[in-house]
Amino acid sequence: MTAHPTTAQVDKPVLDTVAHAAQTPDVDQPWVELGLKADEYATIREIVGRRPTSAELAMYSVMWSEHCSYKSSKVHFSLWGENTTDEMREKLLVGIGENAGVVDIGDGWAVTFKVESHNHPSYVEPYQGATTGVGGIIRDIMSMGARPIAIMDPLRFGNLNHPDTQRVLPGVVAGVGGYGNCIGLPNIGGEVVFDDCYQGNPLVNALCIGAMRIEDIHLAKASGVGNKVILFGAKTGGDGIGGVSVLASETFDEGGPTKRPAVQVGDPFAEKVLIECCLDLYAAHVVDGIQDLGGAGLSCATSELASNGDGGMQIELDRVPLRDASLRPEEILMSESQERMMAVVEPGKLDEFMAITDRWDVEATVLGEVTDGDHLVITWHGEVIVDVPPRSVAHEGPTYHRPLERPAYLDALQDNGTDTLGRPVDGLGLKSDLLTLLASPNLCDKSWVTDQYDRYVLGNTALAMPDDAGVVRVDEETGRGVAVSTDCNGRFAKLDPYAGAQLALAESYRNVATAGATPLAVTDCLNFGSPEDPGVMWQFREAVKGIAEGCKTLGIPVTGGNVSFYNQTGDVAIHPTPVIGVLGVMDDVARRTPSGWKTPGQVIYLLGTTSNELAGGEWAHVVHGHLGGLPPVVDLGAEQLLGEILVNASRDGLVDAAHDLSDGGLAIGLAEATMRYGTGARIWLDAVCERDGIDAFTALFSESTARVVVSVPRSEEVRFTDMCTARGQVHARIGVVDDETDGLDVQGQFTVSLDELRTAHTATMRDVFGG
Amino acid sequence: MKVGVVTFPGSLDDRDAARAVRAVGAEAVTLWHGDADLKGVDAVILPGGFSYGDYLRCGAIARFAPVMDALIPAAQGGLPVIGICNGFQVLCESHLLPGALIRNDHRKFNCVDQRLVVENAATAWTSDFEAGQEITIVLKNGEGGFVADERTLDELEGEGRVVFRYAGDNPNGSYRAIAGITNDRGNIVGLMPHPEHAIEEGYGPSTDGLPFFTSVLKALATA
Repeated sequence: MTAHPTTAQVDKPVLDTVAHAAQTPDVDQPWVELGLKADEYATIREIVGRRPTSAELAMYSVMWSEHCSYKSSKVHFSLWGENTTDEMREKLLVGIGENAGVVDIGDGWAVTFKVESHNHPSYVEPYQGATTGVGGIIRDIMSMGARPIAIMDPLRFGNLNHPDTQRVLPGVVAGVGGYGNCIGLPNIGGEVVFDDCYQGNPLVNALCIGAMRIEDIHLAKASGVGNKVILFGAKTGGDGIGGVSVLASETFDEGGPTKRPAVQVGDPFAEKVLIECCLDLYAAHVVDGIQDLGGAGLSCATSELASNGDGGMQIELDRVPLRDASLRPEEILMSESQERMMAVVEPGKLDEFMAITDRWDVEATVLGEVTDGDHLVITWHGEVIVDVPPRSVAHEGPTYHRPLERPAYLDALQDNGTDTLGRPVDGLGLKSDLLTLLASPNLCDKSWVTDQYDRYVLGNTALAMPDDAGVVRVDEETGRGVAVSTDCNGRFAKLDPYAGAQLALAESYRNVATAGATPLAVTDCLNFGSPEDPGVMWQFREAVKGIAEGCKTLGIPVTGGNVSFYNQTGDVAIHPTPVIGVLGVMDDVARRTPSGWKTPGQVIYLLGTTSNELAGGEWAHVVHGHLGGLPPVVDLGAEQLLGEILVNASRDGLVDAAHDLSDGGLAIGLAEATMRYGTGARIWLDAVCERDGIDAFTALFSESTARVVVSVPRSEEVRFTDMCTARGQVHARIGVVDDETDGLDVQGQFTVSLDELRTAHTATMRDVFGG
Repeated sequence: MKVGVVTFPGSLDDRDAARAVRAVGAEAVTLWHGDADLKGVDAVILPGGFSYGDYLRCGAIARFAPVMDALIPAAQGGLPVIGICNGFQVLCESHLLPGALIRNDHRKFNCVDQRLVVENAATAWTSDFEAGQEITIVLKNGEGGFVADERTLDELEGEGRVVFRYAGDNPNGSYRAIAGITNDRGNIVGLMPHPEHAIEEGYGPSTDGLPFFTSVLKALATA
C-alpha cells in the first residue's frame, strides 16, 4: 500500500477554460460517466461550437438529466395545456413551469402549493433524504414570494415487516419531522402506504403550501442590465455532488478529494432564518427576481434566471463562499448544498438588501450581474470557464419520444377479477374481516408517525391527520383558508393507469370537499418506473391523460408538480403511483367538517351508490393478497355533485361530521368515524342493500367511488335531505350516532366494541416500531 | 399592558405567543434577541421553537443572547416571565429556574393533546386557574424530560413550586411527571406544553391556554 501523495506531489491541474477547450478539441471527456448519451454530447459540442469545458459539461449533464429536464416526460405535457380551459385559467395566477403554481383564493390572497419527490436519496440515506426533500419544496414555495404555511408528506414503503422497512421508515419519519418541526411549519397530512412493490424504491414525496398577497408574487427571472446577482444563505460545500465527482476525480487523479456523499445534508435552522430573511426582503421590495437552489445548484439557478430574463449574465464563481476550500469550479457549480437562494437586485437597493441579510446573520455575496449580452458567462479568478446560451442549458435540453406499449400482462391481470375470492358468509365473518383490515398496514392507526410531526405551530391548523384533509387558516381576520389532501392507490393504477390516476384525483377532490372546502387546483407527483420500458411509458402517458382529462371535467387546473422516473429494481417497476394533491378554499375554516361524529342522536347518511367493486381494494389485498380485475368505475360528475352537496352542507351547518369512503369501504369509514371521538353508532344496511342490489358484505367492503358518510343534526335533517333530493344526490339514512352503543352495532350482522376496534387499529405500528 | 415576546433566530411560536397576548386584550411587543432592551414591557414570554437550531444544547446559546442580559436581572427583580417549551429550556439554562430538560425517554419528537393538572394557582401566570384543575393543551417537543437532583425535586415539591404535572401516562420520562415549575416568588414560570396553541375555538385542543394570559394581566393590574 502506498502512502497518499501530498498536495505538493500532485501536479496542479490545468484550469479548463473556454480558451483551453478551444485549443484542445480532442480531449476525451467523461460524458458517459456523467450520464449523457453520445448524441447529447454531440449536441452540446454543436451548441458551444467547440468541446465544452469541464464546467460546461458538468452544467449540461446535470441540467439535461431526467430529473431537471423532464426529457422523457415533457412530450406528454401538452396534455395539460390542451385540457386547460379559459375558465380553469381564471383562478390561475402562475401556472406550470415556474417554481410552483399560484392560485387566487379570493380577498386578494394567493396560495401556492406543490408536491415533489425525494425518493432515491431517501432510500440511500433515509433521514437526510427526507429532510432535504422537505427543505427543497419549502424553498420552491419561498421563491414564489410566499410565506410557507404548512407541509404534508405522502410516504410509501415496502412491506411493513421487512427488515429494510425498519431501516427506512423510522429514518424518513424522523427526517420529515426533524426538518418540519425545527423550521416551524405544521405538518397537516399526507399518507403512509405499504406495498411490496416499494421495497427497493420507497416514495418520499413532500408537499408545501404557501400564502401571500397577490401583489407579492415573485418570479425567477434576471432582467435589467446592471442588476446584481446575489447568492445568499448557507455556504457551499461538497454535498450533493453526484456524477460530477467523476470530473473531480479525473482532474485530480488519485490523491485528490475523495468522492463526496451524493445525498445532501439539511439544516432546518438555517432555512428557518432564510424564510424570515426572505420575507423581510420581499416586504422591503428589494428583490427583482428570485430563485431557490435545489437540484443542480448554481448551474440551475444561474441558467434558469438568465434564461427567464431578457439579457445575459456574468458570474464570478470564485466569489462563492465555500465550506470546503478545495472544491473545484465544476463542483461548486453542481453542489446541492441546501438552504441557499439567489436574488436579482437593482444596484440602488443593494445596501438595503445587505442590511436585511445582516440583521438575520445570513451571508450574502454579489456574484455578478445581468448583462446586455445573450450568454451566461462564468469566470474563475478572471478566466472564462463557461460561455453558453442559458436557454440551451435550462430549457432546450433533449426531448425524447420514448416508445409506448400497453403491457402484455394487462389483459390477464384485468381478467383475474375478485368474484372467485372467498367472502365471509355471516356477521361474525364480516366482523373478523373488518378487524383484520383495521389492523392491516395501510389502514391501521398512523399516529406512531404523525405524532412525530408538529401539527399546531403557527396556530392556524383547523384540521390535520387523521381527518380527511389538512385545513389551515390563511387570513386571521376573516378565517379564509385552504384544505389540501393527497391520495393515490397504486394498485388501481397498476390495473388501469388512466382510471387509477382519475381515482386518485377523485379521492383527493372528495377529501377536500368532505372537509367543507371548494376544490380549486391540483398538483401531482408522478412516481413511475423506468421510462426506457415501453410499458412504463404507456402507464405514464395514460396517467397524465387521465389526470388532465379528469381535471378538465372537474374544472380545476393542474398548477405544477414533479415527475420521478426510474423507481424500479432491476426489471421490476413500482406500481404506477401518480400522487394527486388537491387544494380547496373555504371562506371560513372554522366551519370545517371533521371526520368523526360525537353528538348522540344525530342521524347518519350514506351519500352515493355502492356496487360490487372490490378489485384493487384493501379487502382483496389484505384478506386474499389478490390484485386483479378492473378498478372501481370513475364518475367525476357524481364527484362534482357530491362535492357541492358537502360544501353547501358545511357552509349551512347541515352536517357535523363527514368521512370519505375509499380504502376499505364503508366498514372502515364507519369504524374510523366512530373511533375519532369514541362515540358509538347503530347502523342498518338493509335499505341500501335492497336499493343497490348488493349484499351486506359488498355494502361494507366495496370501494365504489363518490361516497361519503355524514352525520346530520336532527334539526337539520329535513333541510339536508331536501337539498339532496332537489339536486339529485343519492342518499340513504343508514344509522344513528348513539353513545349507548359501545362501538358499532351493525344491526342483524355484528357488534364490535370501541375497545376491539381501537386494539386492532393501534397495535400494528407499535408492535413493529415500539411505543 | 405591554407583553414582550422574544424572537431568537429559530424561534417558532413567537407569532402564536403574540396572538395569545392580543387575544386577551394586551399589546404584544417584539423583543429582538440582539438588543439588550426590554422596551419597557410589563411581562415577557420566551416562546417555543429551536433557538439557534438547538445547537450545542437546547437553550444553551440563547441564554447568552444580548436580550437575556436585560431579561435576567429584570426577572430576578420580579418581572413576570413565562418560558414555553424552548423558552423553559432557556430559563433553566439561565438558572432562573432549577433543573434541566433532556431528550424524551422514548427518543422521539412527540406532538399530542396533553392533560395537565394545575397544582399551583398562585403564580403570576396561573391565578385564573384553580389548584387541582385539569386542563388539556398541546405538548410537542423532542427534549421535554424534566430532570433535577432529588434535593431540588423535594424542594420544588415542598415549596409548592411544581406548577403543572402531567396527568395520565408520563409522556416523556419527566421526573415526578413534572410539566412546569416556578421560582420562589412565583413570577417566573417555565413549562414544556404550549398554552399559546390553545386559545381559540377550532384551532387547537381547547381554550385552556387563555387563563395563562389573563392571569398575568390580572397580576400586573394588582401589582
